[in-house]
Amino acid sequence: MRPIVPGGGLRTYAGSVTATLTPDPTELSEATSSDSALRRFLHGLPGVDQVGAEARAAMLGTRSIKTTSKELALELAIRMVDLTTLEGQDTPGKVRALCSKAMRPDPTDPSCPPTAAVCVYPDMVGVAKEALGGSGVHVASVATAFPSGRAALDIKLADTRDAVEAGADEIDMVIDRGAFLAGRYLQVYEEIVAVREACAREDGHGAHLKVIFETGELQTFDNIRRISWLAMMAGAHFIKTSTGKVQPAATMPGTLVMLEAVRDFREATGRMVGVKPAGGIRSAKEAIKYLVMVNEVAGTDWLDPDWFRFGASTLLNDLLMQRMKMRTGRYSGPDYVTMD
Amino acid sequence: MTSTPTGTVFEYAPAPESTAIVDIRSSYGLFVDGEFVDPTGGRSFKTVNPATEEVLAEVAEAGEDDVDLAVRAARRAYTRTWGRMSGRERGKYLFRIARLLQERSRELAVLESIDNGKPIRESRDFDVPQAAAHFFYYAGWADKLRYAVPAADPRPLGVAGQVIPWNFPLLMLAWKVAPALAAGNTVVLKPAETTPLSALLFAEICQQADLPPGVVNILTGAGETGRAVVAHPDVDKVAFTGSTEVGKQIARAVAGTRKKVTLELGGKAANIVFDDAPVDQAVEGIVNGIFFNQGHVCCAGSRLLVQESVADEVLERLKRRMGTLRLGDPLDKNTDVGAINSAEQLTRIKELSDVGEQEGAGRWSPPCDLPTNGFWFPPTIFTGVSQAHRIAREEIFGPVLSVLTFRTPAEAVEKANNTPYGLSAGVWTDKGSRILWAADKLRAGVVWANTFNKFDPTSPFGGYKESGYGREGGRHGLEGYLTWEGKA
Repeated sequence: MRPIVPGGGLRTYAGSVTATLTPDPTELSEATSSDSALRRFLHGLPGVDQVGAEARAAMLGTRSIKTTSKELALELAIRMVDLTTLEGQDTPGKVRALCSKAMRPDPTDPSCPPTAAVCVYPDMVGVAKEALGGSGVHVASVATAFPSGRAALDIKLADTRDAVEAGADEIDMVIDRGAFLAGRYLQVYEEIVAVREACAREDGHGAHLKVIFETGELQTFDNIRRISWLAMMAGAHFIKTSTGKVQPAATMPGTLVMLEAVRDFREATGRMVGVKPAGGIRSAKEAIKYLVMVNEVAGTDWLDPDWFRFGASTLLNDLLMQRMKMRTGRYSGPDYVTMD
Repeated sequence: MTSTPTGTVFEYAPAPESTAIVDIRSSYGLFVDGEFVDPTGGRSFKTVNPATEEVLAEVAEAGEDDVDLAVRAARRAYTRTWGRMSGRERGKYLFRIARLLQERSRELAVLESIDNGKPIRESRDFDVPQAAAHFFYYAGWADKLRYAVPAADPRPLGVAGQVIPWNFPLLMLAWKVAPALAAGNTVVLKPAETTPLSALLFAEICQQADLPPGVVNILTGAGETGRAVVAHPDVDKVAFTGSTEVGKQIARAVAGTRKKVTLELGGKAANIVFDDAPVDQAVEGIVNGIFFNQGHVCCAGSRLLVQESVADEVLERLKRRMGTLRLGDPLDKNTDVGAINSAEQLTRIKELSDVGEQEGAGRWSPPCDLPTNGFWFPPTIFTGVSQAHRIAREEIFGPVLSVLTFRTPAEAVEKANNTPYGLSAGVWTDKGSRILWAADKLRAGVVWANTFNKFDPTSPFGGYKESGYGREGGRHGLEGYLTWEGKA
């Protein structure tokens, strides 16, 4: 997949750019021709009514997922986990332990699927890569001065290249929230385009780019819709809610707005973008609510680890305990799943 | 969906709510003077589960003699106990009933879904909590009536004869009974003949709450019973919710008598979507406006007026959303659209939908397997509808939406008002000033802005024109059950 919008380069704005409900590709490429055009485009996207979005998410949360569909959902949720450790005190040992857990989440049950990826800081990518080997579990690395994103662009790009060179399969970048909230949309756009270029490798197998919005700082649903479109237009493979370092992190209604955005973006361009809620999803029950939302809002195509992920550290253990319960009929305790 | 799904199919396994909690008796008597009694005429009728056509129970049919007994009991209770009781004491009974409704909420919700056909999600999350909320709200008013009306000495009217419909059996009961009792009246209530069971369970709750005998009397039966309740000379107040046709008959029947009357009748609400609407929420609102409770809602948003410039895209999104509606077993917790309440209603919906097709409107429903037994109708929209079409004028009272377009805000309001009804309307726009402008121009009792079918006990509800008169809910809801010095 390649970005539908040629990146970079300020061009003179010509003609009117107003978003219709579903913009067409020409509109999209014109929209990124200048800061003012981009602003007009993003502000022309249909608004989000907060009360309505929250009510819809709450309603989807009442779905009752039982028996066979619960089994399927738990299995799928495990396969969608980006098992994460992003602490200053992380050690190579801890990362290796995390990798073992990602490959065999339930050591007592070989039929338990692996997680999608482990997510670590750039300096741990090498360790993780080595530990995971050819297991198929990806290494995701945060980059671009995670979590605040407050560094000069060349530092962010160096951070990204560092992780890519160490073998990261996926890069989780943070946007410049300061620039976004100040309305400097083109700056945010160009930064994403530049990071995406830094994800490239000579062999053509570049790292996939996830763009973290930190929705807790953007606050409004209108902002979430705008940044979703902006990031997708800049070539993001995934859009991600949060770093996990700011409260609130992922929320159901915030993720709902992002799912609507990826759905509409595919309608407009034919290109699919993934969604990753991260932070704050701790129980299997919550994870299943998210899957219901994916199913009914974006559609079944997104029910795949290639298109939907959970960024989480503690979620996996609850998924495993629920999975054991489904298989044995008994609840086990936290001592029956590994701590990391 | 525009593309072929390639991902995992996430079918929701059946998640039926257990029916073990309800105990439906094989036959029910009438609830008169605090006791269940056999009808004097010995007649009865059957109530069926509309999702399966299975007979649920034999229910007594009240005749004129039974109505007389019930009104006498209500009068006795009014003069001897309830009418003389302090507001504070009445309030205690109402709070007790409200708490019992909450305590027995699962039982009530399951029973309501079995008898009515509505999804358990709605009876559980809407009907029963709202019914309890109404009792809580009016319980609070019982000792504050002098602050409810512009007079220091409001007095109850006496005996209220109340006739309610089958679409929200328990909730409509609450809308009628709670303000009447709070104001100091006693009631004779007739539930609809297709949905009597939750009212009969409510009678048990009155017993459980030790409500003095005769304060609430429940007479089951059909149109004849309702007519007898309305016509009884010792009834002081008639309150009716139902069709405009029956409402007119009632208005004629009470004309020239001393009886007070409030009527909450049909509707053909316009749900107006402007081009700057929050489109995803507007689509939700359209769905909630017409497919909530299978469209058996008097204030349903049955006419969609969508601005021409966004009409195609709104429709496309609406169709996609309709494709995710889950129709089936009302007791399944994941069901969005349940069964049509009766064979009779299903026939009417089918007839009017056929008329829509004959008149040239485009009919569309998502692919949808209907169960073989029971009464079912798929969520349906008609496009290319004009004001002259019958489906744009007559109340269908089913999951059928007529879609019309408009160009200017003035045209939207003109079309919205061009109906004999005036119960509700919806406005979808991000522009606050336009909401206020439209609400001012729309001749409808309720105007929802960027939402639809939202209710609260504190908010008055009622119609303009042929949608009835009087208000239910809120402080205004008490006025229909009170009189005071200088009241017209």
